[in-house]
Amino acid sequence: MALLTIIGLDGAVFAAILFLISVGLTLIFGVLRILNVAHGGIYAFGAYMGTYLALGLLGLGYSPYWSYLMLLAGALLVGLTFGPVIERLFLRRIYGQAEAIQLLLTFSIFLILDDLMKLIWGTKPMFVSAPYILLGQFSVAGITYSWYHILLIGLSVAFGGSLMWVVRATRFGKLVVAVIHDREISVAVGINVNRFYTVAFTLGALCAAVGGALIAPTISVVPGFAVDVTVLGFAVIAIGGMGSLEGAALGALIVGLARALAIHLLPELELVAIYLMMVLVLLIRPQGLFGEVELRRI
Amino acid sequence: MGSNRLPLAPLFGAILLVAAPLVVPSWILFILTLALAKFMVVLAVALFLRAGLVSFGHGLFYAVGAYTVGFGVKWAGLRDALLLVPLGILCAAVVAAFVGVVMARYRGVFFAMLNLAFSMILYAALLKLYWVTGGTDGIGVRPPTFLGVMPPRAIARMSYYYFTLMLTGVVIYAVYRFLASPLGFFLKALGENEIRIEYSGESVRRVIYLTYILSGALGGLAGVLVAFTVGHIVPEYAFWIQSGEFVFVALLGGYGSVPGPLVGTIAFEFIRTYASKYAPEAWQMTLGIIMLLTILFRPGGLWTIYEALASRLSRGWRGAESG
Repeated sequence: MALLTIIGLDGAVFAAILFLISVGLTLIFGVLRILNVAHGGIYAFGAYMGTYLALGLLGLGYSPYWSYLMLLAGALLVGLTFGPVIERLFLRRIYGQAEAIQLLLTFSIFLILDDLMKLIWGTKPMFVSAPYILLGQFSVAGITYSWYHILLIGLSVAFGGSLMWVVRATRFGKLVVAVIHDREISVAVGINVNRFYTVAFTLGALCAAVGGALIAPTISVVPGFAVDVTVLGFAVIAIGGMGSLEGAALGALIVGLARALAIHLLPELELVAIYLMMVLVLLIRPQGLFGEVELRRI
Repeated sequence: MGSNRLPLAPLFGAILLVAAPLVVPSWILFILTLALAKFMVVLAVALFLRAGLVSFGHGLFYAVGAYTVGFGVKWAGLRDALLLVPLGILCAAVVAAFVGVVMARYRGVFFAMLNLAFSMILYAALLKLYWVTGGTDGIGVRPPTFLGVMPPRAIARMSYYYFTLMLTGVVIYAVYRFLASPLGFFLKALGENEIRIEYSGESVRRVIYLTYILSGALGGLAGVLVAFTVGHIVPEYAFWIQSGEFVFVALLGGYGSVPGPLVGTIAFEFIRTYASKYAPEAWQMTLGIIMLLTILFRPGGLWTIYEALASRLSRGWRGAESG
C-alpha cells in the first residue's frame, strides 16, 4: 500500500513537473510549427535567475517568504526578455524553411544559452531551500511528503487549466486558433500574424521559465540540467501529440507514471522507460495521442 | 554543380590528404584521423538531409560501432582491425535494419524525434548496465592490429591514418555510386515531392529503408574508427547532443555534396581544437554562434563558398578561351 501511494504521489509530481516543461513547447509548436530545442535552455535560465534573485534577497536579510516572489520575478524577467528577442532576431528569418534548418537554429541557441549560464553563474550548484522548507511536510500512509510538491501539482493543474481557458474562451485564443489553422486567411482578415507569433513564442518561453523557477527549490540547479529537460519535453509532447495542450497533459501523466513505476520497481530502467513509452506510442499512433494527421505534400 | 567544378580540385585535395603525414606534426595527424572517421557518420546524416529528413539520433549507430569494438576487445579478445571493421559495420547495419522498419514510416519532426528516442534508449542502457558497459567510465580500447601485425610505435599513428584514409576513399566511392543510382536520385526527390516518386513506380518506404541501412552502416564504421583513434569509448557517443553535432557539421560543410561533409568535419575538428585551447569554457557557445552564422548567412555550408568560387573561375576561363 505504501509502495502504491508513493508511486502514485511521485508519478503525479513527475507529471506536474513534466507538464510545466512541455506545455510551452507544445504551445510554440502549435502556433509556429517549430520544435524549439532551446526550450530547455530557457527553462534552466528561469531556474537559475529565480534561484539567484531569491538567494540574493535572502542574503540581504529579508523574510524568506519573499523568495516565492523572487522566483516568479526571475522567471518573468527571463521569459519576457528571451521570448521576444529570440523570436524577432532569429526565428523570424527561418519560418517556412526546411525543418533541418529550424531544428539546428534552435539547437544553436540552446548551446549558446547553456554556456551563457555557466559563464554567468559558474559551475557550482545553486540551491535555494527556503520556499521548499517553509511549506513543511505531511504524512500519509506512513510516507512523509513535502507540501511544496503538492503545490507544484496544484500550480501545474491551474496553469494548464488557465491556458486552455485562454485558448478556448478568449478572443485572443480564438485568434490564435485562426492563425494556427490558416496563416494566409488570418492575414487576409486583418490579424497581425507576426505579432501573434511573437506573443505565442514569448508565452511559450514564459511557461518554460516559470516551470524552471518553480522546480528550482526542489533540486539544486547545476550546469547541464537543461540538456535532459529538453529531451524529456520532446518525449512528452511526442506522446501527447505535438501542438496539443491536452496531449501535453496526458503525455506528462503517462511519462510521469512510467518514470515513477520504473524508479520504484526497476531503477535501472528509469530513462529507458520514458523513451520506450515514446517509441511505443509513436508506433501505434504516429501523430501522438491527440495529434492531427498531417496530409502528405503534393 | 558538375560543369562549374574545378576539375583538379578534388585530386588536389586527395593528394594533400595522402601527403599530410609526411609534413604535418603528429597532433594534427590525430585530428585529421578523427575528422576522417567522423566524416563517415556526418555523410550518413547528410544523405538524409538531402532528402529533407533530419536525424537527431545517428549517435545510435556511431555508438553501436564503437561499442562493437569495445565489447570485441573486452569480452571476445578480438583486436584485429580487419575483423572489427566489418563486424562493427555489420552490427550497425543490423540495428539499422530493425530500426529502419519503423523509421521508414515517419517524416519531418517525427523522424528526428523517433531517431532521438532510439539513440537515447541505447544511451540509457549503456549508462545503466555498467557491469557490462563500464557505465560513465566507458571502455578503454587497446590499439588494433592489422592481420595480426601490430604496427611499431613509431609509425602507429601514421598507419591508423592511412587505414582510415583508405576506408574514406572506399566510402566516398560507394556513396557516389549510391547517389548516381536510381535510388540516389529518388532519395534526392524525396525532399521535393513524395507522391511523384510513387507515381513513377518507386516505393518511398523502400528508398528510406535502404538509405537507412546504408547510413547506419556508415555510422557504425565511423564509430569503429573513432574507437581505434581515441582509444576510449563512452556512452555519450549515443547522446542526442552528439547526434546534433553531426547534423551541425553536415550543415557546416554543406550536405548537397559528398566532399561538403568532409570539409565540414575537418573544419569542425580544428575549430574544436582551437576553441578548447583558447576558450575552453565557451566551447558550446562558439559552436552555437558558428552554427547561427552558418544558418543565417551560408545555409548551403562552406562547400557553397568553394562552388561559387569555382563557377566564377571557370566562367573566367571560358571567357578567356572565347576572347
